[in-house]
Amino acid sequence: MHEMSIAQSILDIVNQEMTKNGLTKLIKVQVKYGWLTNTMPEALELAFEALTLDGQYSPLKGAVFALEAVPTRYQCGQCGIEFSPEEPAHLFVPCPGCGEEFGHKVLAGKELYIDFIEAQ
Amino acid sequence: MKISVVRNVMEANDRLAGEIKNLLAERGILALNLMSSPGAGKTSLLERTLADLAPEFKMAVIEGDLQTDNDARRVAATGAQAVQINTEGGCHLSSSMVLEALKSLDLTGLDILFIENVGNLVCPAEFDVGEDFKVTLLSVTEGDDKPEKYPLMFNLSAASILNKVDLLPYVDFDMERAKGFMRALNKDIDIFELSCRAAQGLNGWYDWLRQKRAAKKA
Repeated sequence: MHEMSIAQSILDIVNQEMTKNGLTKLIKVQVKYGWLTNTMPEALELAFEALTLDGQYSPLKGAVFALEAVPTRYQCGQCGIEFSPEEPAHLFVPCPGCGEEFGHKVLAGKELYIDFIEAQ
Repeated sequence: MKISVVRNVMEANDRLAGEIKNLLAERGILALNLMSSPGAGKTSLLERTLADLAPEFKMAVIEGDLQTDNDARRVAATGAQAVQINTEGGCHLSSSMVLEALKSLDLTGLDILFIENVGNLVCPAEFDVGEDFKVTLLSVTEGDDKPEKYPLMFNLSAASILNKVDLLPYVDFDMERAKGFMRALNKDIDIFELSCRAAQGLNGWYDWLRQKRAAKKA
């Protein structure tokens, strides 16, 4: 599953950052994701839980896995105004300025990154 | 303590994709990532292409499937080099899998590498595997609203192939509607209508390959 490999990448990065900073206990990891990345928060949370149950990621077990969605922003391909759609995961939405439904430029919504970790 | 990380989750995948790009760029090999639903005709398109363009290009294929080496055997029958990746449940190919598969291919004199992704209209679009271009197939039996329902893959593809056009008389598929959605998602997309089964309309696709191959080599 797709969320499994994303969760694995997240845990690898967390491990690297903890080693780099000489930390051993993870308290929280904050991940920001765009609605347009097809990321399913529930599936990602489950993958995080499953991967930390035992094995190489078990030292990270029990940490808070916080997911924060980044609001989608488009620039209309027709009239150029910037707007946030009501349905953040939809690519085809009418522009509030001119009504054009297609061809918007994505300004925000494709992010998927680790914002910060809290550890000791 | 709180540590600001701000690192892209996909960085490991993107780094290996970068390695693949360099490896192929040094040799001037054009790499294409073929994506579609299961059964849209990726392997059939490869069988036709590998056979028809064999006199012009040296080509190789990396096949991605959950299980079996059926596809690798099908394309190897054309005489092209083929290597199969089994993802064993994984919904997409990642750059680490492709890099590993490249080790078992002889890249000498190779012109075009086709990477046939796992049949899936969603996840493969998220993972760069070092390709120059993504190419998405859609068959007319699947319905003309698929680009609207699964926009990302079409949005990222340089070309889209509408396959099985020989079946148009038997299905309710509105060609203009499908193409309209594709262009709405990506105004520069090159669209080819063809039938692998009936060997119809393939020349436009072949010319596109020739053009992209020449541009890569230059």
